Amino acid sequence: MSAQTWTYILVGGTFLVYIIIAILSRAGSTKEFYVAGGGVSPIANGMATAADWMSAASFLSMTGLIAFMGFSGGQYLMGWTGGYVLLALLLAPYLRKFGKFTVPDFIGERYYSKNARLIALICALFVSFTYVVGQMKGVGVAFARFLNVPFDTGVLIGIGIVFFYAVLGGMKGITYTQVAQFCVLIFAFTVPAIFISLQMTGNPIPQLGFGSRGTDGVFLLEKLNQLSVDLGFDSYTSIDKNNLINMFFITGALMFGTAGLPHVIVRFFTVPRVKDARISAGWALLFIAILYTTAPAVAVFARTNILNSLSNASYEDVPSWFTNWERTGLLSFEDKNQD
Amino acid sequence: MYWKTNLKYLAILLLIWFVVSFLFGILLAETLNQFHLGGFPLGFWFAHQGSIYMFVILIFVYVYLMNRLDKKFNVDEI
Repeated sequence: MSAQTWTYILVGGTFLVYIIIAILSRAGSTKEFYVAGGGVSPIANGMATAADWMSAASFLSMTGLIAFMGFSGGQYLMGWTGGYVLLALLLAPYLRKFGKFTVPDFIGERYYSKNARLIALICALFVSFTYVVGQMKGVGVAFARFLNVPFDTGVLIGIGIVFFYAVLGGMKGITYTQVAQFCVLIFAFTVPAIFISLQMTGNPIPQLGFGSRGTDGVFLLEKLNQLSVDLGFDSYTSIDKNNLINMFFITGALMFGTAGLPHVIVRFFTVPRVKDARISAGWALLFIAILYTTAPAVAVFARTNILNSLSNASYEDVPSWFTNWERTGLLSFEDKNQD
Repeated sequence: MYWKTNLKYLAILLLIWFVVSFLFGILLAETLNQFHLGGFPLGFWFAHQGSIYMFVILIFVYVYLMNRLDKKFNVDEI
């Protein structure tokens, strides 16, 4: 069977799993619809939070961004994970303790004000809407590439599936679909990383692999630094001193932003007890960390490979994956030295 | 007493949170890059790996400390 047929079968299969889960865990009450009945186990909640939040940005774009930025890319790695420490220590247990369904609910009760509640609601809608726009762009790109459909059709397919299981199962359906999504996502991300790491360094753990020696006996990072410098880029691990203050504040902003995301906060209302809210933040970050520590490794592997295989190549010689991605408009070929 | 101990835990854990990410991973990264951990320059390692490991550990330590505190003051939920 061709790779395209396999893609259809695998993507169709995962859609089917999500829809079956949604049908099995239909919501029967208001509490089930909004907070999954408040009875989700902390580990399942951790997985759901991780999948909920590691979406288009983490899964599709972040590795490339890090490969492009080198050391400064650490701002995304630290920013998007460090927020969970704030969330676990300062927010989640207290919101859970108050026992409401949503953050606007909490604000409204706590500050005895309908207006405060309305403002919180507008903020939540604004944040969610901005977030969804990014996600849908990711959905469109992914489907355009893997199902060979136009971008708009890809977005519509994605919306259709999500609409179906969200309306049917509410938070309960979403939680269990997301546990399944997490397994799919982490499998799809780590398995190739493990094999690339084995191939390039002989170490099956990517987190250690990108700090060890390549097949030619040189440390991979040193080799990458050398390759980058030879082509006129900055060395990969070197620090741009003028950028440190930017990096400091971007990291901070991402941390506080992560701690405030409405769709993450609402997850902590779905567990039975306050102490479950605390531990499920821990599980969530642990599951997220699996992807977030693999991503910088993949970034190093990918950048080394690209610099090795694409620099000084003529357009006719580029590998087929290049022309495939070129069609999505995300890559382009530029003749810098007119040969 | 319960609340005071809670605040003490928060202060210590958040201090570590700040040190590993903002100091080791960003502001002091240049200095730390003189040292190496295997093939990693140390500052780079903190920015791309170490701080994330520390974040995970911090949350689990907090959970452990708070559960112990809950038991000690008998506010443990069943």
